[in-house]
Amino acid sequence: MSRAVEETNRRMLRARDAMDRTFAQPLDVPALAAIAHVSPAHFIRTFRATFGETPHRYLQRRRVERAMTRLREGASSATGSVTDICMEVGFTSLGTFSRTFRDIVGESPTAYRARHRDAPVRPVPTCFTRAWTRPSSFG
Amino acid sequence: MLNAISRSQIFVLDQDEALDFYVGKLGLEVASDQDLGFMRWLAVRVPGQPDREILLERPGPPAMDDATAAQVRELVSKGAMGGWLCLTTDDAHKTYEDLRAKGVDITDEPSDKPYGTDFGIRDPFGNAIRIGRMNA
Repeated sequence: MSRAVEETNRRMLRARDAMDRTFAQPLDVPALAAIAHVSPAHFIRTFRATFGETPHRYLQRRRVERAMTRLREGASSATGSVTDICMEVGFTSLGTFSRTFRDIVGESPTAYRARHRDAPVRPVPTCFTRAWTRPSSFG
Repeated sequence: MLNAISRSQIFVLDQDEALDFYVGKLGLEVASDQDLGFMRWLAVRVPGQPDREILLERPGPPAMDDATAAQVRELVSKGAMGGWLCLTTDDAHKTYEDLRAKGVDITDEPSDKPYGTDFGIRDPFGNAIRIGRMNA
């Protein structure tokens, strides 16, 4: 029985890794379900049972974390405006992005950027930055 | 007082399958493969770096009771057990192509970072591995 759980976990992890690769694109449940070898109807429930949140919620937190990284990279025009970053990470509406960002992070994207304006960029492997700066709460 | 890091350990769910992956696909070599009675001591290393080994340990008795081992196994398969390895290479893109052709799970493709060029994979069990060419 434990083997079946491990197999399911591993497949869900494979799908979650695919979500991490394509975070800026719309959530594609049928494609992810195919990667995980489950039916689309089961994918969302199984993902949630495995990782404690729905794929949609995980994706929103991933996008916000990516946006946080971009916002920390500086306020220069090369980095892009908040709207540019919003679109870049996969949100389609600035209003939704700002609201989701504030719900998760506790302040608006603009305020977050201002607060990190002069922070040095540390040479940390991307996976660590992603894992350790991932917002841990949602709403 | 201390000289070096000599060995570290990661959990694998099956040691034969681990051999197929770490030796068969990644090209590491067996440093030690011994039946100690209470466990199979299976350690690998990078050819040419004999003083740094990785123990591929299967969770189970006597170190852990069955329930704990089951918990560990579940966490490994969710990618949540740490067991994070970082390996270097001279050519990140070539190594990536080689591993991709072997069917290895790729988590992210080679990209340039401030510290070099690297990419990410997972072993069959869920452990994350980063492989990169580091800046001098």
